[in-house]
Amino acid sequence: MLEQLKEIERTALAALEAVQDEAALETWRVAYLGRSSPLMQVFSKLGALAKEERPVVGQAANEVKKALEAAFGSRSEMLRQAALARALSEERLDVTLPGRPIARGRLHPDTQILRELYRVFAEMGFQVYRSREVESDEYNFQLLNFPVGHPARDMQDTYFIEAEGRGDNPIVLRTHTSPGQIRAMREMAALNPQNPPPVRIILPGMVYRYEQVDARHETQFDQLEGLAVGPGITFSDLKGTLTDMARRLFGPQARTRFRASFFPFTEPSAEFDIECFQCGGKGCDVCGSGWLEIGGSGMVHPVVLQNGGYDPARYTGFAFGFGVQRIAMLKYGIPDIRYFWENDLRFLEQF
Amino acid sequence: MKAPLSWLNDFVDIDLSIPGLARLITMAGMEVEAIQIIGLPMPAPGSVDAHVSGLEWDREKIVVASILEVMPHPNADRLVLCKLFDGQQEHIVLTGAPNLFEYKGKGPLAKPLMVAYAKEGARIYDGHQDGQVLTTLKRAKIRGVESYSMVCSEKELGISDEHEGILLLGEDAPPAGTPLADYLGDAVLDVKLLPSYARCASMLGLAREIAAMTGKSLTTPNVERYTSPAGDFAEIEITNPDLNPRFVLGLIKRIEIRPSPEWVQRRLKLAGMRPINNIVDATNYAMLELGEPLHAFDYDVLVKRAQGKKVKIITRTARPGEKLTTLDNIERTLDESTVLVCDTAGALSIAGVMGGLESEVSDKTVNVLLEGAAWNFINIRKTARAQQLPSEASYRFSRGVHPAMAERGVRRCLDLIQAWAGGTAAPGLVDNYPLPPASPTIELTASDVKRWLGIDLEIGQIKSMLERLEFHCLLTTDQCLQVTAPDHRLDIGEGVTGKADLVEEIARVYGYENIPETRLSDLLPPQLGNPELDKEERIRDLLVYQGLTEIVSYRWTTPERESRRLLPTAPPDDKPYLRIANPLAYEKGFLRHSVLASVLDTAERNARVRERIALFEIGPQFLASEDSHGLPDELQRLAIVLSGPRTLPGWQPADLAPMDFYDLKGVLTALLDGLRLPEVRVEPGEHPSFHPGKCAKILSGEKQIGVFGELHPEVRARYDWPASFRTPVLAADLDLAALLSLIPAIRTTNPVPTLPPVLEDLAVVVDESVPAERVETLIRQTGGRIVADASLFDVYRGEKVGAGKKSLAYSITYQAIDKTLSDKDVAGFRARILRRLEQELGAKLRA
Ligand SMILES: [Zn+2]
Repeated sequence: MLEQLKEIERTALAALEAVQDEAALETWRVAYLGRSSPLMQVFSKLGALAKEERPVVGQAANEVKKALEAAFGSRSEMLRQAALARALSEERLDVTLPGRPIARGRLHPDTQILRELYRVFAEMGFQVYRSREVESDEYNFQLLNFPVGHPARDMQDTYFIEAEGRGDNPIVLRTHTSPGQIRAMREMAALNPQNPPPVRIILPGMVYRYEQVDARHETQFDQLEGLAVGPGITFSDLKGTLTDMARRLFGPQARTRFRASFFPFTEPSAEFDIECFQCGGKGCDVCGSGWLEIGGSGMVHPVVLQNGGYDPARYTGFAFGFGVQRIAMLKYGIPDIRYFWENDLRFLEQF
Repeated sequence: MKAPLSWLNDFVDIDLSIPGLARLITMAGMEVEAIQIIGLPMPAPGSVDAHVSGLEWDREKIVVASILEVMPHPNADRLVLCKLFDGQQEHIVLTGAPNLFEYKGKGPLAKPLMVAYAKEGARIYDGHQDGQVLTTLKRAKIRGVESYSMVCSEKELGISDEHEGILLLGEDAPPAGTPLADYLGDAVLDVKLLPSYARCASMLGLAREIAAMTGKSLTTPNVERYTSPAGDFAEIEITNPDLNPRFVLGLIKRIEIRPSPEWVQRRLKLAGMRPINNIVDATNYAMLELGEPLHAFDYDVLVKRAQGKKVKIITRTARPGEKLTTLDNIERTLDESTVLVCDTAGALSIAGVMGGLESEVSDKTVNVLLEGAAWNFINIRKTARAQQLPSEASYRFSRGVHPAMAERGVRRCLDLIQAWAGGTAAPGLVDNYPLPPASPTIELTASDVKRWLGIDLEIGQIKSMLERLEFHCLLTTDQCLQVTAPDHRLDIGEGVTGKADLVEEIARVYGYENIPETRLSDLLPPQLGNPELDKEERIRDLLVYQGLTEIVSYRWTTPERESRRLLPTAPPDDKPYLRIANPLAYEKGFLRHSVLASVLDTAERNARVRERIALFEIGPQFLASEDSHGLPDELQRLAIVLSGPRTLPGWQPADLAPMDFYDLKGVLTALLDGLRLPEVRVEPGEHPSFHPGKCAKILSGEKQIGVFGELHPEVRARYDWPASFRTPVLAADLDLAALLSLIPAIRTTNPVPTLPPVLEDLAVVVDESVPAERVETLIRQTGGRIVADASLFDVYRGEKVGAGKKSLAYSITYQAIDKTLSDKDVAGFRARILRRLEQELGAKLRA
């Protein structure tokens, strides 16, 4: 009996060596570990053995069974690994084929640059204030210290809306977001007319100038203005604030330059330039002499403070403004300002 | 304004380089837009912002020379040969300059002609080509005579366009051999003057600024003559001093009209004015020098018109329809706001803008009456615009010239006339000065300067800075400056405005670049943010997440263009448009009534380059309104347009079926879900843009938030789609303000269930007319909190359910938060749901 078990084991292991696939493995399992396999026959005949023989043969048969099961297990794993390796080698993709196209949505570059500006100024305590695009002459000009007929109006060629009987207060498309300065100050001053709270806002929005359109000039464009009013705002704060903005937009090495200028609603007034990031200020095709003209700024004119409800003897303020598209064109390398409102998808899809 | 460097040097010693000077002027608030170089070294590229043009003259090769004799050419009548001395040797030079012909064959000239001589290898402009084309002088044979050098015209030297004859140098020319650049070299700065810099619209004004900024002293022309006694050659009547605060007359007799000296003509040309004769040139020269426009009358014409009485000048506004022929020989019809200079016989000139033809100085003029006046700048600006007469005079008067300049200008001009035209000035001036401008005294302290600029200056420093700009300063014992503005400027206000004006002057002299940069340290206002904007940006994000691209459009359009969004048979949009009174073009003449129309226009253009369109815009549309002081309503809208295949085509199979109503509804549902809008529903809608069966409205309570659907085929056909673009066009038009108002500031989040749900499908058969949304709403309402989800997964119509019926199959998730639901629990809810559906909608469980 023990001899027979040894023979069974030897034959089975030898047969297992020849097994090369799952089907043959199953056949082998049925043949050597199945109900009618020689090994199982041994188990079924155990009862017929002498009482002393039974445990010896039984134990030996169990050992053979364990050995065969272990051999089956490892053969099975070997075959699975081989099959996997085969499958993996066959499932090779051309990974350079394009991915399935996703219809990706885009924010307009104007929104993207505005959000960046909102973030920069929010961190300096400036909140966004928006106001109407169609304005009265009073808000767009007169309250901002552009008297009726004043030559300063030549600086902002204006679109007028047809309207009857308004005399010296026609309806205009706002030429700047500055009417919002008056609206915001008046709202704030109304909270506490004797002691108005400080103001720190940015005013984004579409403005309109009667101007022929070319690659660098638009007749409709976005402006972003800033206004800070309080008991102790100075011109040096204005310089620091705009320099911080320049650094956030164009890198920590950015420098600003302030030139004397004139705007009716600021005094002193300044144009501000940012050192060209293309050439580092040496002068190039983009900038000319190393400086990029960005916008206008200055200390809020006493008349404007007064019109906003802030006593110019107690409060000072600064204001600045620039074209948002100008910033986007510099940062994104956009060659033509007309691209913005034409909305050609071949442009928008680049953002 | 064009300012020749040589002229500025009359008043201030400028030792800066040209780029340095341009930078100084620019930093002081006057942008140098262009620089014309005449013979001097060209600034290095990148050293100036201004546009630089012009020609540098080689100091060796372009020199002063003297023509000793002009001889006929042996083979050509229209050419002459010049015997010329260049300081070292004699040359024979060929030229066709007609202004030498009068010297031809006259033998050696008693007085040699001084000319600009260019030697072989010199670079000059080609005189025979249009514009400025550089050429280098080479040796050549012209008509048998060897030529290697030439005598130059102004055009060839880049001084002007003049090429009729060669440039003949004046009496003051240096000896032959002197580099021409040392004699005629110059640079003309073209300076843009902002409205508040009217005081700088003259050589003296600009020189004064340069002197103040560089610390150099200023030399002013002497204008102290002809002071008294008052002249009696005319009288002046001013009818409205507000329009004409001052009028000054001077008289000079027995002058001789002739061309001005060479150097005067050259300066005028460099400054952009055409020399006329010595009288007109003198008025222009004095104007350019001091900033006061002057006018010369032929005194004898006025005497004649006075018919034996004393000449009387009257200034008044024009009578309606009054006519005057101005010296450009145009008869002009004037309006009542135009101010005229008249005499007893009628109008003589348009005040401050242009003289009249009849009384202008002519070749026959012997006696000249000189006018210097002050005018209301706003009125002059209006007149110059109305008459479309921009002139050097109106350029200055429309910015404001101080009345003190009127008298100074007349005196200076009398001097110039006397020097250039001879004659004798009548003693004294006639001066009517009814309205001197206010000259406020401003009190300024060091703390004022600190308050605005953030810098600490000693009061003494402040005083000396202001004095450099000729402000009169008095320091009081308590360290306060009492400042009055000099009488050449009108831009200094009073009180706190005056302080700010002075602070700007201090900042300019101190140098803007020297003011430090500080971070805001003032009181921070309450940080309330802008919740409306945040919500709007959230909408943008949600739509972009879904693959839509944002556009921003021009706000203008035309009614015709916008009407395409509506059925041709629909009642027209009869709300009045806001119309631009001065549009760039008719197509840009109306503010839009519909943001959706803008998005459709954009879709139409892009359909030529893209087959799939998914666009949205957020922005205002404009409606005329009687409210808010006549200002229009700016209604914020959200518009969406979809068309084309559902997914983008690639190299693998994709869902290329055209997007339909339900794609758009999916976008809107995701948007509304993303905004967590409570209780928004969709109902069948009707709208003249949309297909009657594929149109829906979005409602919150009874308020309509928007409308969406597939464009009506007739509307779609009104757009110019390319032939290849055949897909339906889906569109939505939403009231953004209403949408924003519904977005809750605070939201809730349901707990994630820990117990297993029971999932079950439920199919019911209802009449075709029952809206699916009603079924789902009833399932959810009846199930209460137990129905965690009910989603439609199949709609079936056909024989199995019978005609006029449809089967709606829902996948329902039953979920309790506190217990595991049993089959019996679920059966109870299912029965209740079915009963309710049956009672309210006549629904039957589908077998
Ligand atoms: Zn550069």
